[in-house]
Amino acid sequence: MKNLIEIRWHGRGGQGAKTAALLLADVAFGTGMYVQGFPEYGPERMGAPITAYNRLSANPIRVHSNIYEPDYVVVVDETLLDSVGVTDGLKEDGAIVINTAKPKEEIIPKLKGYQGRVYTIDARKISIEALGKYFPNSPMLAAIVKVTGIMDEEDFLESMRKSYNHKFASRPEVIEGNMKALFLALEEVQ
Amino acid sequence: MAIKERLSGNEAVANAMRQINPDVMPAYPITPSTEIPQYFTTFVSNGQVDTVFVPVESEHSAMSACIGSEAAGARTITATSSAGLALMWEVLNVAASDRLPICLALVNRALSGPININCDHSDAMGARNTGWIQLFAENNQEAYDNMIQAYRIAEHPDVMLPIMVCQDGFITSHAVENITLLEDQIVKDFVGEYEPEHYLLKDGESIAYGPYAVTNYVMEARRAQMEGLRNAKQVCIDIGKEYGQISGREYGLFEEYRMEDAEYAMVIMGSAAGTAKDVVDALRDKGIKAGILKIRLFRPFPAEEIAEALKGVKYLAIMDRTEDFETNCGPLGAEIKSALFNKNLRPLTLNYCYGLGGRDVTVESLTSVFEDLFEVEKTGDLGEVYRYLSVRE
Repeated sequence: MKNLIEIRWHGRGGQGAKTAALLLADVAFGTGMYVQGFPEYGPERMGAPITAYNRLSANPIRVHSNIYEPDYVVVVDETLLDSVGVTDGLKEDGAIVINTAKPKEEIIPKLKGYQGRVYTIDARKISIEALGKYFPNSPMLAAIVKVTGIMDEEDFLESMRKSYNHKFASRPEVIEGNMKALFLALEEVQ
Repeated sequence: MAIKERLSGNEAVANAMRQINPDVMPAYPITPSTEIPQYFTTFVSNGQVDTVFVPVESEHSAMSACIGSEAAGARTITATSSAGLALMWEVLNVAASDRLPICLALVNRALSGPININCDHSDAMGARNTGWIQLFAENNQEAYDNMIQAYRIAEHPDVMLPIMVCQDGFITSHAVENITLLEDQIVKDFVGEYEPEHYLLKDGESIAYGPYAVTNYVMEARRAQMEGLRNAKQVCIDIGKEYGQISGREYGLFEEYRMEDAEYAMVIMGSAAGTAKDVVDALRDKGIKAGILKIRLFRPFPAEEIAEALKGVKYLAIMDRTEDFETNCGPLGAEIKSALFNKNLRPLTLNYCYGLGGRDVTVESLTSVFEDLFEVEKTGDLGEVYRYLSVRE
């Protein structure tokens, strides 16, 4: 694994891209890494494009800027492919992970000639199946963990269970659904 | 045992406040500091602190309530940002001149306008001459560490002045990063109980806070207040050393990064200092003698010590994260140049305005500042001495 991994998240306000970036920082921290998870803030509106970032490293991280040449990009909402330069600066030896029900052949032409690896996952289908509602952030989190290989999948699931137990202490009924969403996403990202 | 955690800057500061367990917190929410009272009220509701939380209707009222509470003898804390601090301005001066060691967590955000929620230092710089002590932090760890040291500096009998603990809005306040926390009891033992010599509710003592002073007394009061602020410098050094003993992280007035033989130096404060360190490492790898001086204590300004630290520097860049409309320089630029002037030091100096309203500060943009210094060296011509970084023409 590279010494420093930089990830950029594209989502829309309300979809949980920021939360997913913070959760990724959380689980990576659990494996002993140095982490940053931070959103780029503007006026906060439901549905507006938002960006969040992760730096994950074996060494302390001092730089405090946005990420312009990410190793990985996660697109939580495929409608952003038409309006936001999601592949801008994305390294060719990196990868992009896109939430879509469409086959890759339909998505790749929208990526402005990006030559790196392209992964897709139908986070809507997974979320509806696991949770009965559309919360794409848990499936997208599992997908990026799988694509980056930053940690063992079993360790990831165990760490997320702990995190959900804490986060949903007052609503334990949603924990299993979220765990199922992670599990399905690890299986289905392609 | 130190506790390894990952927290945002706001979570870190709120946790320091929980460990300190102040007596009173009047606060009014404003982005990006809102989370601090938000987390803290959770601690209040859960009984993790016995602080009295006072919800008020404005920041002017928040600081006024702080003044009343602190004058009564209670250790008092608040948090704000940007326009919130600006609205406090009148009473910030009252807090300082009444010698009340209130602690304020400032999460730096641009002043209007255009209205903007992101980071710059215009709020803190607007309040720099209100008599408050000001500490700045590079990251969540320093924000936490500064908060724990704050009351020890402010409440010191030689000081007795309010203190502002600053961190950069969103850049550190909302970024989750690794942090090492101290155990609650270690913090409590370090901070200690607040036992002021004088306070309004003290049995058998009559005292007035904030009375009218006739012409015959104002200059003496001001002079005494200035001496208290000046004393904060030595106290800051002493407390920073003592904090090093309990945490392993010693603090001084400023941080010198690779300054030992530096010919090219950048003076900077806040989160961009971390990015600047990466820039300096890259330059050093090329054999270029570059260094960073990171401001920690801005008020009182450690002018003599900074001049001493910069005495070997030939080419200097001073970075101001505010536009103060001096039109020739920024506030840090003015302070540093004045400090150098008094020591007959004349490095070729550029002063930059940067990062306003959250304008991103990158390795590339700060590298370009050093490249400007190389150009000055080559041509011997300073050109514009006050410049804007990363601005569209």
